[in-house]
Amino acid sequence: MLLVEAIILSVLAASTPLLLAATGELVTERAGVLNLGVEGMMIVGAACGFAGAWVSGSIIVGALCGIVAGMLTSLIFAFMTLGLAVNQVATGLALTILGIGLSGLIGARFVGERITTAPKLSIPGLTDIPLVGRILFGEDAFVYLSLALIIGVWWFLYRTRAGLVLRACGDNHVSAHALGYPVLRIRMLAVLFGGACAGLAGAYLPLAYTPFFIPGMTAGRGWIALALVVFASWRPGRLVIGAYLFGAVTILQLHAQGAGVGIPSQFMSALPYLATVIVLVLLSRARTGGSTAPAALGTVFVPDR
Amino acid sequence: MQLVLEKRAERSRTIALVSPLIAIALTLITMSVLFAILGKNPITALGVYFIAPLTDGYSLQEIAVKATPLVMIAIGLSLCYLANAWNIGAEGQFLIGAVAGSWIAVTTQGTEAGHWVLPAMLVAGAVAGALYALIPALCRVRFGASEILTSLMLVYVADLLLDYLVRGPWRDPAGFNFPTTAEFDPVATVPVLIEGGRLHLGSIIALIVVAGAFVLLDRTIKGFEIRVVGVAPRAARFGGFNANQLVLLTFAVSGALAGLAGIIEVAGPIGHLQPGISPGYGFTAIIVAFLGRLNPIGILIAGLFLALTFIGGEQAQITMKIPLDVTKVFQGILLFYVLACDSLILYRFKLVFAARQVQSAAR
Amino acid sequence: MLDPGPADLHAQQPLLQTVGLTKRYGDFLANDEIDIEIFPREIHALLGENGAGKSTLVKTIYGLVQPSAGELRWQGAPVRLSGPAEARSLGIGMVFQHFSLFDNLTVAENVALGLDGKEPFKAVSARLADVARDYGLPLDPKREVWQLSVGERQRIEIVRALMQNPKFLILDEPTAVLTPQEADQLFVVLERLKAEGRAILYISHKLDEVKRLCDTATILRGGRKVATCNPKSETAASLARMMVGAEIKEVKPPTERRTTVPRLVVNDLTLAPAELHGVRLQNVSFELKGGEILGIAGVAGNGQDELFAALSGERLVKEPGTIIIDGLACGNLSITQRRKMGAAFVPEERLGHGTAPRMRLSENALLTGHAASDMVRHGFINAAATLRTVDRTTETFDVRKAKRDPEAASLSGGNLQKFVVGREILRAPAVLVVNQPTWGVDAGAAAIIRQALIDLASAGAAVLVTSQDLDELLEIADRIAVMFHGHLSPALPRADATREKLGLLMGGASLDQKEAAHAAGA
Repeated sequence: MLLVEAIILSVLAASTPLLLAATGELVTERAGVLNLGVEGMMIVGAACGFAGAWVSGSIIVGALCGIVAGMLTSLIFAFMTLGLAVNQVATGLALTILGIGLSGLIGARFVGERITTAPKLSIPGLTDIPLVGRILFGEDAFVYLSLALIIGVWWFLYRTRAGLVLRACGDNHVSAHALGYPVLRIRMLAVLFGGACAGLAGAYLPLAYTPFFIPGMTAGRGWIALALVVFASWRPGRLVIGAYLFGAVTILQLHAQGAGVGIPSQFMSALPYLATVIVLVLLSRARTGGSTAPAALGTVFVPDR
Repeated sequence: MQLVLEKRAERSRTIALVSPLIAIALTLITMSVLFAILGKNPITALGVYFIAPLTDGYSLQEIAVKATPLVMIAIGLSLCYLANAWNIGAEGQFLIGAVAGSWIAVTTQGTEAGHWVLPAMLVAGAVAGALYALIPALCRVRFGASEILTSLMLVYVADLLLDYLVRGPWRDPAGFNFPTTAEFDPVATVPVLIEGGRLHLGSIIALIVVAGAFVLLDRTIKGFEIRVVGVAPRAARFGGFNANQLVLLTFAVSGALAGLAGIIEVAGPIGHLQPGISPGYGFTAIIVAFLGRLNPIGILIAGLFLALTFIGGEQAQITMKIPLDVTKVFQGILLFYVLACDSLILYRFKLVFAARQVQSAAR
Repeated sequence: MLDPGPADLHAQQPLLQTVGLTKRYGDFLANDEIDIEIFPREIHALLGENGAGKSTLVKTIYGLVQPSAGELRWQGAPVRLSGPAEARSLGIGMVFQHFSLFDNLTVAENVALGLDGKEPFKAVSARLADVARDYGLPLDPKREVWQLSVGERQRIEIVRALMQNPKFLILDEPTAVLTPQEADQLFVVLERLKAEGRAILYISHKLDEVKRLCDTATILRGGRKVATCNPKSETAASLARMMVGAEIKEVKPPTERRTTVPRLVVNDLTLAPAELHGVRLQNVSFELKGGEILGIAGVAGNGQDELFAALSGERLVKEPGTIIIDGLACGNLSITQRRKMGAAFVPEERLGHGTAPRMRLSENALLTGHAASDMVRHGFINAAATLRTVDRTTETFDVRKAKRDPEAASLSGGNLQKFVVGREILRAPAVLVVNQPTWGVDAGAAAIIRQALIDLASAGAAVLVTSQDLDELLEIADRIAVMFHGHLSPALPRADATREKLGLLMGGASLDQKEAAHAAGA
């Protein structure tokens, strides 16, 4: 295998959890809800995903466990912010704090266990095509699922009526309510979708990326996913580019560490985090005319009955 | 059946006072259920968590020691949150403060340096924390980048920097390859208040910080500016208050307090710099700030309460084999209940059955 | 009391009827047993002051609010509306006062969101163009709403309602945002809808309009129905009396005042918009003398907010000489510094801009009072002084409140506005800049506020009043200028400022053109 090919393959794998989590958050935010608890939902998804796979011996069951866990945690968020009109920023932080504790509790007895990770696809003929074969047809199924998902989200947002209604809720909840749309219910569904994606993104880590679970293994990926949504200006197409760019930064610093570049490994490990800060600054700076964020993002809505 | 919120004409002051207590009560009930699920007797477990530490002098001192950084950080965070500036990177500012102060301790180690060392370390810690916090604040003010994400990202960076230093240049040559600096000299150590005890000067500093914050918020125009800019940014601009300046100010103050807490922790109870100097003080302080309703006195009480859960959690692990993560779960649940109960200050909750019958479910 | 109106009206069944309709919010009765009947081919006015219960009633009819008691009958049969979609399916359409539009979506998307969704999007776009053309309400389906003027936005609302082919159309204060000429065009459309056999419920507080357009009027006061009458056989005064429940205090017209030196001068002010969809101020110039009230008319969103921000110092301009207060160039000085120079400001939005809603009145007194008073010393707040301001304002301007120092949000609109205006006037400012002084305020409070502005000018201050209410400006201003697309017209003396002239200026015509047209017509 060529080094370039190997790097691209590992970039795909490293990008997938970012893309999955960011896809969910993009939908949530387009509906006008800022859920900062992505990191918390991911880590719970990771613990439950691993637990499910370890107990059942099935990667698919594990992935489903991750999804359900992500949805349940996001349900708490939805109840708090939509049902009780609590500040979304504070609730998102609370969700992360709770998620880290819960995952530790759930995952404690699985630390040190190993599972067989999700198999890489192998399609006779296609996977063997030189250079592109393994990249296009030889990764694990989650990689392609995440791409299908973001395409589906694009289609949903811009080509369906339900997507139009969702965007309308994110633009102006007062108007959407006045026209009779159930703003809170639509937002709840968006939050649940975000939770499912974050849960799956978390589960991807112990099910496909590494064969084991360790506490805190999401290592800030949830926060990076949040930054990616900003980077993408809330548009699905740019989200894909962003996710792969970040995946590339992560992998390149790993390879650089492996190659024994004369820079301390901690500095290399800090690269993805620093890159996030720099990207946020450059991007915000470039958008001087104003924000492209959904107009109602993060605001509380209490319908008048 | 549907939950409906009805806006109150005025904020309920009664509920503002009672809501943290309701939240704690609800948390204790939830925790009992969790203990039962874990197969532990809830009454015994709650006793170990919340009563036992209050019964001996050593634990009481230890609670004050743990509460010291929590209160100092939370006071700073409360200023930020009041001004609607979301500093969630206090953990990083705490670490950077510890690193900066330790730099003086490490470089003066074994020299004739006099009693200026500790004050210099405290100043260095505070200044470094403030500067580190100013990075996300400047990114927001100058470029409009979300301070939430940038401040959080810098936590990881600070953590890695500390890790590098204690494994690399600052490692104690006589430390059997453990990632730690040498024990600080006595002039670089925060003095204890009671000979042989754990309670140290930092706790006094924390009390002074609480008093200062109280005066600032309650009596001065600057405190008023901070409060207005958070609840009504447009009105604040109309009042002539500069929101950007306040973001910088509150971030700097909160970074300084976190940095100061960091160096006090290292130069006090720990005595040397090593990874893992914080069991998540910077994040737990977020809970302390909200549980204390962003009020300095409330934060003091909340800080002591959460410190109690740390001590109780350690004892529960030793005596009852309850995992330490339970403490984190407890803290997370507590924050949820606190936020939910705060909603009662602004709204009445009503459960609506069918379309027409309205019943009052809660007040 | 009830006048039968056109003979054929009551020969038929009412299209929509409310029987004992009641809506309770906690202890507050927003609607108290309201009976109202609306017939096809009728334009029915719903009159009442702010807080009389008009909005609640129409929201109930449109299915947005569930009644606490009473019922709604549609073509004689009782109905219970689960939501607006059900109301629309019956044939009820609504044009909201504060539009129910989405700024960042296109016109076609906005219209599609108001329909039931069975029609494919392409078909909606095509039909939208047809309906718009048919009724003479041109719209470009592909443009995003934020790019459109207020009048165009209202067109979207109306076209959207018409595309459902409604039998019954509710319009909430539709002319509040229109120029007199645009309002006339709207009336043509409404007359046509009536001729097509539809019923219209028309909410307004402009009594002349109601007398001109409506067949029947129902008047609400304090949540109750006061009367149903034929507005054409009433006078504006008799309608107003029913709305207010008492004689309204007449504002003493401005007496001959001696104008003094220029106290507020604006020289060629040009300012780029601060917000994404804001308006650019273009070469705005005017001079305002002591003892004078200058009115600025204009449709909302033509740069009034931007002008206020520049005058108050919420936004700074580079060239100090662009804005001169009492002879001092202050374009680059902050709002606090301008207050210290004797200027005072009252923004349009009481809650959230003029006051912090969830803070007490004493704190809101401090909000603007800290600049130039005894409220702050060495950085410390003098709480007693802030309370004193609250008490003085309460006394002088009759601010009604439940306790001495309540939260701003707990006051009614009129009482809060009296506080916000009073807070500034008590500082005896040299220059007062006020935006929409009586917007959404009851008649009694409006009279007190207008009188206070006149008295302030009589005492020698320069007063700048921006308002969308032409009647208000014609009542209190000495000269009136018009804002359009960020330009300010030259000011007309009140004697010359006819509604027609002002209306043309509000629509963007320059007076030279208008006079030319006049000459050509003559």
